[in-house]
Amino acid sequence: MNFERIKEKLSILADAAKYDVSCSSSGSKRTNKNKGLGDSSGMGICHSYTEDGRCVSLLKILLTNHCIFDCAYCVTRKSNDIKRAAFKVQEVVDLTIAFYRRNYIEGLFLSSGIFKDADTTMERLVQVAKKLREEENFNGYIHLKSIPGASDELMREAGLYADRLSVNIEIPSETGLKLLAPDKKREDFIKPMQKVKNEIIQYKSEKKLIKSTPIYAPAGQSTQMIIGASGETDAEIMYTSAYFYKQFNMKRVYYSGYIPISYDTRLPSIGTEVPMLRENRLYQTDWLLRFYGFDIRELLNKEYPNLDSDIDPKLSWALRNLQLFPVDVNKADKNMLARIPGVGMKSVHKIIQARRFRKLNWEHLKAIGIAMNRSKYFMVCDSNKFERKDRTAAQIKSLILQHSASKYNTTYNQQLNLFSSIETPVAV
Amino acid sequence: MMTKLIYDGTFEGFLTAIFQVYEEKLTNICIERKELATETFFSEYTLVTTDVCKANRVWKGLSRYCAAEGKNNIYKAFLSECDGIENTLYHYIQRSLSEKQNIAKDYADPEILKIAKTVRMVNREKHRMDAFVRFRLTKDGLYFATVSPDFNVLPLNAKHFKNRYADQQWLIYDLKRNYGIHYNLKEVYYINLQLSEEVNNTSKATYYFTEEEQAFQELWKKYFTSTNITSRKNMKLHVQHIPKRYWKYLSEKTPNLKK
Repeated sequence: MNFERIKEKLSILADAAKYDVSCSSSGSKRTNKNKGLGDSSGMGICHSYTEDGRCVSLLKILLTNHCIFDCAYCVTRKSNDIKRAAFKVQEVVDLTIAFYRRNYIEGLFLSSGIFKDADTTMERLVQVAKKLREEENFNGYIHLKSIPGASDELMREAGLYADRLSVNIEIPSETGLKLLAPDKKREDFIKPMQKVKNEIIQYKSEKKLIKSTPIYAPAGQSTQMIIGASGETDAEIMYTSAYFYKQFNMKRVYYSGYIPISYDTRLPSIGTEVPMLRENRLYQTDWLLRFYGFDIRELLNKEYPNLDSDIDPKLSWALRNLQLFPVDVNKADKNMLARIPGVGMKSVHKIIQARRFRKLNWEHLKAIGIAMNRSKYFMVCDSNKFERKDRTAAQIKSLILQHSASKYNTTYNQQLNLFSSIETPVAV
Repeated sequence: MMTKLIYDGTFEGFLTAIFQVYEEKLTNICIERKELATETFFSEYTLVTTDVCKANRVWKGLSRYCAAEGKNNIYKAFLSECDGIENTLYHYIQRSLSEKQNIAKDYADPEILKIAKTVRMVNREKHRMDAFVRFRLTKDGLYFATVSPDFNVLPLNAKHFKNRYADQQWLIYDLKRNYGIHYNLKEVYYINLQLSEEVNNTSKATYYFTEEEQAFQELWKKYFTSTNITSRKNMKLHVQHIPKRYWKYLSEKTPNLKK
């Protein structure tokens, strides 16, 4: 192995791949076969964390950053004057194995610029995965990017070697896509997603009948959207996201705050701050949809097209629906417990378990680990001390904000100043 | 008067102590590890002689009221080596046996909650070891790593590494507790070594490890720095995820010596 050359390629192609935020290495069912290498049946593992606080669980690289497309938001776009490089198939295989054996990574996340046409690129990605599985008996995690426009046959093969497949739709709305990536069409993204979804369903049902049916993309598929590049509202983003979860059984939709990389006037200029707070609020909303039993229409709708920046989306929902509170933690069902601001799903399970033995009071709840500063306005327990005052939503909100310190304080203070003329929505 | 039961620090020893409590119908007791035990005026001492048969009887007997999960939690909480965890566990065992029901989830009991929290800490440390172990390939073909976990978690890690690296010989050594787990392509063994202190010195790296080893570490470091997005820098989060005490074992976090 020529280490110097590999090192150079690695720095170019890892740098180009880093804007893909997917890092998941969980959800697969691939166990170690015939005393081979690797096992990805357990939970995901983050082997390291970069200084931006993101986890490193997979070797995330592009096969090449040569690309025939010119999408405005992308660093590897054709018109961008950057160093280009390409890995050979064998180089990626060797690097993955060497890193995996040293316990650096959970597996490989391979993406690529589109260097000739969609099929040639996809074929090369599949080759890497095939080599890892068949020649190296590698059972670690493999995440392949589905190249928009790749043929059904290649997509089918990809799923047989990969644990997860993903296509990034990147721009949440069709108009935004037309503006920023005029060469790309929505259908090209949708087609491989649809194909993968159908194959997963088919292989699963066949596996029920014939046990030897191979597993097909056991960790499902995911996608990613760029936030803050093309002017969508939070509602537009989350409705798109909800659509993908429902329509394509997505395991995850990732939200990536746009990092200015270009002087293109269609995009936020270089130096604009990365919208991290907004990204955070979108993830919170995503979690509420997937784990807390919320419907997207409850959180975002015509009247509330954007999430509050100063409070989390659950609290914001609760303040609009004060008629449903307070909740009695000793009686309420799981769904309602999960809707109390400051109570997470872990606490919900603990409450449900613990209240079988005795009625819970404030001390118990505090010890279990509930965020009291938010939750106390929304629940009652086995104690005659509780918030009796009928406060308005605005009052509760200001009380909560007074007694909490957010890591985003500086961020939203600025934002509040900017929009101070706009009133915060008052509860119904 | 309080009776102090002093045991040898092993899990079997602890279970033997529990056996003794029930056998001798002791009340008002306190179980302590030998190296932590201190003399006080107002208590009696009993030295527990570890007996595997007695320990097994207790362990089996627990199955009736603590499900497999409950027993696992006893073991994991024990591995935390936290001061006084023995007495917390005794409280749990005593309640299980006297109330004859599974009380593992009675989180309103502070001692039970303490066990649950300790188990979570131990699990987290176990998971960190799964993540932060960095193997280096020695000249004799062994993938070697040293660690010093906050809790005694290596026994919990063995299965994970065995399943994952089924085709390579590896050794993970706990420098703090001076023992390691070694996989010889068939089984995982516990071993004690007279480990030279210089094994982790970078100057000695070429003596112990293969030539390529250093090159791969550098590649990994290169990858680690290239995959970082500087405009999103967030050191607080970074350190929250990898506390500094783990840095010494992470090749990507060791500073560059040669330029």
